[in-house]
Amino acid sequence: MSGPDSAKTLAIYLMAGSEAPELAAAAVAGGADLIELGFPFSDPLADGPVVRQAAEAALAAGMTTAACLDCLKQVREAVDVPLVPMTYAALFEAYGWERLEADIHDAGASSLIVADVPVDVRPELRRVQLVAPTSTNDRIRLAGETTDGWLYLVTLAGTTGVRSDIAPAFAGLVEKARRLYAGPLYAGFGISTPEQAQSAGALADGVIVGSRALLVAKNGPGALHEYVASLRAALDA
Amino acid sequence: MSPPTPTHTADAGSYGPYGGRYVPETLIPALDELVAGWHEVREDDAFWADYRALTENYAGRPTPLTLVERFAPGRRVYLKREDLLHTGAHKLNNAIGQALLARRLGKKRVVAETGAGQHGVATATVCARFGLECVVFMGAEDMRRQEPNVQRMRLLGAEVEQVELGTKTLKEATSEAIRDWITNVETTYYLIGSVVGPEPYPEIVRTFQRVIGDESRAQILEAEQRLPDAVIACVGGGSNAIGIFSSFIEDEGVQLIGVEAADAASLQQGRPAVLHGSRSAVLADEWGQILDAHSISAGLDYPGVGPEHAWLRDSGRARYLPCTDAEALEMFEKLARREGIIPALESSHALARVDDTEGDLILVCLSGRGDKDLAEALRAMGEA
Repeated sequence: MSGPDSAKTLAIYLMAGSEAPELAAAAVAGGADLIELGFPFSDPLADGPVVRQAAEAALAAGMTTAACLDCLKQVREAVDVPLVPMTYAALFEAYGWERLEADIHDAGASSLIVADVPVDVRPELRRVQLVAPTSTNDRIRLAGETTDGWLYLVTLAGTTGVRSDIAPAFAGLVEKARRLYAGPLYAGFGISTPEQAQSAGALADGVIVGSRALLVAKNGPGALHEYVASLRAALDA
Repeated sequence: MSPPTPTHTADAGSYGPYGGRYVPETLIPALDELVAGWHEVREDDAFWADYRALTENYAGRPTPLTLVERFAPGRRVYLKREDLLHTGAHKLNNAIGQALLARRLGKKRVVAETGAGQHGVATATVCARFGLECVVFMGAEDMRRQEPNVQRMRLLGAEVEQVELGTKTLKEATSEAIRDWITNVETTYYLIGSVVGPEPYPEIVRTFQRVIGDESRAQILEAEQRLPDAVIACVGGGSNAIGIFSSFIEDEGVQLIGVEAADAASLQQGRPAVLHGSRSAVLADEWGQILDAHSISAGLDYPGVGPEHAWLRDSGRARYLPCTDAEALEMFEKLARREGIIPALESSHALARVDDTEGDLILVCLSGRGDKDLAEALRAMGEA
């Protein structure tokens, strides 16, 4: 875990699938400190077009929850950084909330994220909580009290995806979150370029890059390695 | 199990194990704001006076009850004529109420989803009436099937956003409307069209549609001096059905029958799942992935259903039956030929279960008119 004065954490989102272990290894070799592994859902409300298309392709390729858990185990063998599956309530509902939580941990994950379970719903499910620029102080405080290791700051009101700038509301969110939560803050949604990673990283303790990583990963592990290295360099500069 | 809490109670909105708020955290403050605004207007006589004035003087309420003796010889079958409401379907009841609520919350931009286009037209209509910016998300397949409604929405000044994702129908349109809302949450009101979505939407829509049931209950008592043996309505998301059922839920002798499209029968073939912000009966596979629904009627072509219907089903208070495309088309033609009323394909599903319903006195919600369906229905009947 990194604090404000240590190196920034770089988290890379990949979609579960046959290429995920190799891509995860490339991302870690390029400097990723954490891998988020998407378990695809057919109707992902929090996701923009890139993650949606990746989810559709993964489902078409047979990535059921069971297949995703197998994939998670393979990624666990391929890399030694923390792994955090990110998915939606529907998968837990079908598989069983407690059972999926247990199986995700058994497969080697260090925590999990559920994009459509807000902080006050299903409190018994230990997870990384998300807060957004719209979140009230009370909700940020509750998220801080219940989150699993770090807090996921959603940089903007919107879905995941590539954007040209970091939203101005983000600085205010970091400031509020710092007052209400002492642990690490990682910023995600809309971060795609080294410049954006650097400016978000200047405020937060880490950044999460998803959509652009998925786009680059289409060109193979070599391209992903190079891209992640460019993010790493920007964060360390 | 007891029937669900009637409307106008403090914490209505969660229906047994169904309902809830399964949405990204970004939306929670907007839902809290909506709850606060809703609780305020729910108790505000001036708000309800505005709602009543608009539903009467603008929309044309009360709608009549029509006895259809040539459609159902030898029985007393009444149609609640929501097809005669301004814009041609029950959807306007809800659009008026929510537009008033949006105005109360100070929102200037409205987003909505639409399947058959009836909710989109109703939303575009009230936005024109109130001077609100209106964006309607509609699946590309539904735009093809319901071209006249696309033209109407555009004439009314709405922007119609074509959704090319997935099934290109109501499910995807709803997801896109919610994503737009997430993105523009500070300025935008999401005017949902059915008793679906996260709390408090199912309760809000139910309350604005309850006028169908309250009116028809009074009308049938006036005409027949007794309650009907059965109330029948079609169910996609389920708002016209909840609207008419809600006034009869406590009348235990009245059968409540919901009719689903046979290949979009969430209540008959679905499983508990999470879709569009709430837990309900959903057509989903064993892993929770949402399956495609299929119906000739764009308004019923939806793999989910309002959480209260799932609860009414589990409690045994309502029954849900299927209707095939062919049966619906047969009713579409039969009501036109026998009564001079062209029903929406959605409402034709409700008509299809009249024959097999026990009882002499039957109330059917004719939720909309069928002009929008002519091209699709005639093509399907092989007459085009």
